[in-house]
Amino acid sequence: MRIVVLVKPVPDATGQERLGPDGRLDRSAAPPVLNGNDEYTLEAALRLADSQGAEVTLLAMGPAGSQDALRKGLAMGAARAVLVTDLALAGSCALSTMEVLAAALRAIPFDLVLAGADSADGGGGVVGAGIATLLDLPLVSGAAAIDAAGEAAVRVRRIAGGGEETVEVPLPAVVVGTQLLGEPRYPTLKGIMGARAKEMAVRSLADLGLAPGDVGGAAATTVVLAQRPPAARAAARVVREAPDAAAREIVDLLIARGAI
Amino acid sequence: MAGAAWAIAEVGVDGLPTRLALELATAARLIAGASGGAAAAVVAGPDPAAAAAVLADYVPRVLAVRAAAGAGPDVARAIATLAGADGSRDGRDAADAPAPADTPDVILLGATPEGREAAGVLAARLHLGVLGNATALRWGSGDDGAPPGPRVEKSVLGGRAVTTSAFTAGRGIVTLRPGAAAASPSGAPGAVEAVALAVAAPVARVVARAAAAGRSASVEEAAIVVAGGRGLGGPDGVALLRELADALGGAVAATRAAVDAGWMPFDVQVGQTGRTVRPAVYVAIGVSGAIQHRVGMQDAETIVAVNRDPDAPLVEHADLYVVGDLFDVVPALVAALRARRT
Ligand SMILES: Cc1cc2nc3c(=O)[nH]c(=O)nc-3n(C[C@H](O)[C@H](O)[C@H](O)COP(=O)(O)OP(=O)(O)OC[C@H]3O[C@@H](n4cnc5c(N)ncnc54)[C@H](O)[C@@H]3O)c2cc1C
Ligand SMILES: Nc1ncnc2c1ncn2[C@@H]1O[C@H](COP(=O)(O)O)[C@@H](O)[C@H]1O
Repeated sequence: MRIVVLVKPVPDATGQERLGPDGRLDRSAAPPVLNGNDEYTLEAALRLADSQGAEVTLLAMGPAGSQDALRKGLAMGAARAVLVTDLALAGSCALSTMEVLAAALRAIPFDLVLAGADSADGGGGVVGAGIATLLDLPLVSGAAAIDAAGEAAVRVRRIAGGGEETVEVPLPAVVVGTQLLGEPRYPTLKGIMGARAKEMAVRSLADLGLAPGDVGGAAATTVVLAQRPPAARAAARVVREAPDAAAREIVDLLIARGAI
Repeated sequence: MAGAAWAIAEVGVDGLPTRLALELATAARLIAGASGGAAAAVVAGPDPAAAAAVLADYVPRVLAVRAAAGAGPDVARAIATLAGADGSRDGRDAADAPAPADTPDVILLGATPEGREAAGVLAARLHLGVLGNATALRWGSGDDGAPPGPRVEKSVLGGRAVTTSAFTAGRGIVTLRPGAAAASPSGAPGAVEAVALAVAAPVARVVARAAAAGRSASVEEAAIVVAGGRGLGGPDGVALLRELADALGGAVAATRAAVDAGWMPFDVQVGQTGRTVRPAVYVAIGVSGAIQHRVGMQDAETIVAVNRDPDAPLVEHADLYVVGDLFDVVPALVAALRARRT
């Protein structure tokens, strides 16, 4: 099985991340790391690699400095990485992101595409579903477990409508995962050493046959008009009294707010 | 007409629109009112009549789509056909179809797993931009440099900034967090139209199904949410949490740490990868308040925390922060609440 895992390079959430004057994330302010939610889908793919001999390719669209983040995914066990990077892609909107990744996928042979539930840097959790639609592929979201079902299908346990269901979907297909896929593994020292020798293909818009202006910043469908700090919340009343007195404080507050 | 707005409504297990769906319908009506466009709500399901009747109190027009499933990519793809302006409009039943002039410029969905999935499908099919996780929505007339269209506020950088965004072409898809708009009936009942849509049979074959223990919507809909974290320590702590939720008449929620430990179902996880809640009261028990948790609850009206660590991040965000052991404070609180009742 050939699996492509969509991994988004996002600024490391250390508190250093900030918005630029255009209201968009300043991607130079913090080093890119793999989007946390994409490590769960990568883990699911690597488990399929361990059990089925699946071959895992990472696909990312991001700034040129995203290679280090992708190396981590290679060190975890992915076989190769494809980075789509182009100056014209700065300021891409969600629609552009879907279109560029879909174009990249048209050039990679795959059976299964995995996307994360959402991206940490303000993504709306829409890119996976959009790519499936653009490529006219079956889409299964909310995945909690993914297993092979014969040669040409996967069996997916998914969260659905407040319950769970298990579906079998023929390949090729797109599956959007959740954290329930399992705790991502840590790269081993051997994995880290081995990652340096793995293939990291870099693709420009021209390589994908896309014109700047049709996608990327120039074609953005959304624009940030203003930014401000959040409304300040009054400082907490900190209570250090004995349990009974503390409980009374809580009850009094809830009564004062009309909640009980 | 410019500024026509559609709300895609979700239905709960009771077959009625969720509170969020009513918020979306109200928001669509207000957007259309300001833009001079028309407003409609779309609801899909095996028997959408009851939900459509409720929605009609909020919006002048309801499109009730009969579909075996109420949600899912195939339903979203069919709704895209309904909403599409030109070539993508074929494939629907011409007799029941709304006039082409009524296709929406603004499509509102809930920022829920189902709403996000449908938003992705609609964006790809209709070639529209998406502004996700809105915390506020209004109509902009164009005096701010962007074309007339929706203005969307969202919380970014884990709550450290709020941005206002627009669509460069004035048209697009917005997913709204619960509470971003208030639900209020219009006072004039709207018209319900039954729409027959060709929904493709799902390619994914269901081989097993398990119902959830509780109603998933209840966390998002509850006025009081009682959330537990790693501090619960195990089943004893969870039992205490449930007692407190009972005493308050609230719904139980969890942090990811409590879910990963297997104490609570994923369904009630609040935060970045879970649900967003905006209740009147959020009570956090043994929860540190990591940024990925806070993005799902920081807009609660009143936040109360019980934590034995005086310096957990939630101290910056709570209204009342009790420093103490939850195994002492929660039983005292349950007793105090019960004493009030009797
Ligand atoms: C990509 C990604 C997505 C994530 N998504 C989510 C998400 O959706 N939701 C979410 O919640 N988290 C999410 N997280 C995890 C998040 O970063 C935190 O790890 C998590 O929220 C911590 O949960 P907690 O507060 O229960 O645990 P901890 O941070 O361990 O806090 C436990 C608290 O309990 C207190 N405590 C312990 N014992 C007691 C006692 N007896 N009495 C009183 N207090 C006590 C401690 O002082 C501590 O403050 C995500 C992380 C990543 C990387
Ligand atoms: N720039 C990107 N590169 C690779 N994958 C992406 C990118 N943007 C989004 N994705 C994928 O789509 C998922 C949802 O992202 P989003 O819709 O931005 O919240 C992510 O978890 C990734 O799997």
